Amino acid sequence: MAAVPNDTPIADSAALLEGSGLVKHFGPVVALRSADLRVRGGEIHALMGANGAGKSTLVKILTGALTADGGTITLGGRQRSFRSTAEARRAGLICVYQDPSLVPDLTVLQNLKLTATPISIFKRYLVELGLEGFDLQSLPRELARPTLSLLDLARALAFEPQLLLLDEITASLPADLTVRVFNVARHWRAEGRSVIFISHRLAEVSALCDRATVLRDGKTVGVVEPAQGGEERIVKLMLGPVADLVAAEAASPSAPATGAVAVEVRNLKAGTLNDVTFSLRFGEVLGVAALEGQGQQELFDCLAGVRRPESGQIVVGGKARSFRHPADAIRAGLVLIPADRLQALLRQRSVRENIALPLVNRVSRWGLINPRAEKRRVEKAVKRLQIDTRVQSEVRRLSGGNQQKVGIARWLVGGFQTLLCFDPTRGIDIGTKRQIYALVKELAANGSAVLLFTSELPEIQLACNRVIVLFGGKLVDEMPASEADEKALLRAAHGLPSEEEGE
Amino acid sequence: MPRALRRFGWTIAVYALFALLMVTTVVIKPNYGSFEWNTLTLAALPLAFAAAAQTMVVLSGGIDLSIGPLMALANVLALKAMLGHDLNYSLGVALIVLLEVTLAGALNGAIIVITRVPDIVITLATSFIWAGLALLVLAKPTPGIPLDFQNLAQGSTYSLWVPNALLLLLVIPVVWIPLRRSRAGLAIYAVGSDRNAAFRSGVNLGLTRVLAYAVGGFFAACGGLALSMTTGVGSPLAGTYYTLSAVSAIVLGGVSLAGGRGGMLGPVAAAYILSLIPAVLIYLGIDPNYGQMIQGVLIVLVVMIGGLGAVLRRA
Repeated sequence: MAAVPNDTPIADSAALLEGSGLVKHFGPVVALRSADLRVRGGEIHALMGANGAGKSTLVKILTGALTADGGTITLGGRQRSFRSTAEARRAGLICVYQDPSLVPDLTVLQNLKLTATPISIFKRYLVELGLEGFDLQSLPRELARPTLSLLDLARALAFEPQLLLLDEITASLPADLTVRVFNVARHWRAEGRSVIFISHRLAEVSALCDRATVLRDGKTVGVVEPAQGGEERIVKLMLGPVADLVAAEAASPSAPATGAVAVEVRNLKAGTLNDVTFSLRFGEVLGVAALEGQGQQELFDCLAGVRRPESGQIVVGGKARSFRHPADAIRAGLVLIPADRLQALLRQRSVRENIALPLVNRVSRWGLINPRAEKRRVEKAVKRLQIDTRVQSEVRRLSGGNQQKVGIARWLVGGFQTLLCFDPTRGIDIGTKRQIYALVKELAANGSAVLLFTSELPEIQLACNRVIVLFGGKLVDEMPASEADEKALLRAAHGLPSEEEGE
Repeated sequence: MPRALRRFGWTIAVYALFALLMVTTVVIKPNYGSFEWNTLTLAALPLAFAAAAQTMVVLSGGIDLSIGPLMALANVLALKAMLGHDLNYSLGVALIVLLEVTLAGALNGAIIVITRVPDIVITLATSFIWAGLALLVLAKPTPGIPLDFQNLAQGSTYSLWVPNALLLLLVIPVVWIPLRRSRAGLAIYAVGSDRNAAFRSGVNLGLTRVLAYAVGGFFAACGGLALSMTTGVGSPLAGTYYTLSAVSAIVLGGVSLAGGRGGMLGPVAAAYILSLIPAVLIYLGIDPNYGQMIQGVLIVLVVMIGGLGAVLRRA
């Protein structure tokens, strides 16, 4: 892609917020190179970009959580630079983050006092968000996460900001609540105020947003109107030159594999999971499709040795196993890639140490680690997975996608037979996501077995050979990937019979 | 379970434990009277202030290992300045000592916020500094706190069963209740509970933490003055015992060491419990040095029971 066309004129008189040439460094790492963002009054504006493109940094600068090293911000025609979130709030800019920012040990009412929130307006928005009659004496620590998101949103709305920033707020919301949030955002637009909406979900962006600004590598690379077939352009802008490569990798679904059985699950029962039987073969990626809380967590926990099943068997290599500890599962060749990457990583240690952790047993002699052997094998894995190692001293500073790659790399180095991926691409951008799926397919092609749960149903066909569907803790359906389009999976995941059977 | 019971259950349980211990004491020593009660309130007074000081800091998500030395510093500064003076002069000295040690506490906080070195390291370092200063002010234990000043805590002005040492505890609610209801108090809880959420709520993290250490310093100064009143002596090493005993008291009193959870009522009762144990041992004719061991066992048991309660609630 050569020149990047800009769909909007440079001079935009109706701009409510204008950020131009924003720059931010963190030590040697450049988070923002030159970010431009123009938001008009009365529009819902999407901010898109791969992980590490600089979205979060830009949001933090706009809301005063960080100060820019260069560039200007004008709000309503006046140049501004906010030194704290409180200052940005007073100027009419409020952000609602993916992880709710209510203090867990203060009651909701105390939280409102802490931010000097107008309580009567807050209550009005609670009603609009469907939380009428909510008890303000509740402690956020004891509330469910979606409720917290809505409370956080209502608190932001109560200040009636000119510009509301929604940073991945829908990531932790079920579909019905997402609809409520969208309605509020539209209502906000109708009143002539503006919303900046950040989401990885293209479908949400094209349903809700008027325009989208796309960031790549800390730079604004285009402004697109998503509604009129702009989705493909957004993807292309986000991915840049690698777009075509990735498109080629997302080939047609693979055929079912016929390798030997790697893991056999017989009548497994644990928590919600109820009497599930299936087998996983070497050379295949077996997808698990399920709505939230249908027993998939228990299934993966049992297989990874995190939890003991109440009854039933897990047969690996022809022998029934009972895992008492993840170490038992790892010894049997079953390794877990969890959704929350930091659960598996030592967040303050280096990329190298994290990858080498399970390897320690193999490269050590007389209890001492052979650093050269360790380094060689780790470097091979880093190269193979294209891990961005600019900030390799502490993994917590890597982007989510790169952290997940580190999590996979350690098992590549350590050796395994069966990879258990539990929603490995949660919150990861499209480019890295597809890299991870390509990797998973390649691992299977090389003879490993992969069990993959993903919360995004359309992704199943991209990565899997075969799918099993869980509903209410039971295995309700099984199909080859070629039949597992989103529609078929949705029906099955809701416990409905497939169309042919229904007739 | 009703919400009030769930939220204040721990505090209620601590008071119940104290009541149980008192009943046991009276059973063991049937002639337990106002004199013994007075002795207990005197013994518990400095520890109660030390616990209040540590509570302030721990609520804000920190820890202060210099509380004992701060108390010693207040104690020796008071002796040095009060020696040979009357009550009014001594009260003036007390105010100045309160101010000085509050500033020392604030300095603890400011160093932590500015250098970003972990609180445990900074306050360990400053604990040596305050202890050294105390030794410079007064090289060895010296009696001489004016009797009138001692009598502020000793004796019972109003009623035999309401000793002065009990009434002096009122300093804690007088400071704590308005603070707790103010935005600054909410901010202290917020910073201790979830620093990121507090920051996003517009709380000034640095100032809030310095405030918590300063109020902690104030209570430590109260503890040092309480030592002066109850012992009549200025002693540069008197504080040593209180740093860790204060941590015991707040754990027993239901303050989460992770910050953000707990209050003042629990730790004060816990200070009384910890002071009562050695007395009970004496009444039983057991070597009171077992007291420390019992204190240790008690803390582990209480925290275990608390953890068990939390697990049962979740199930």
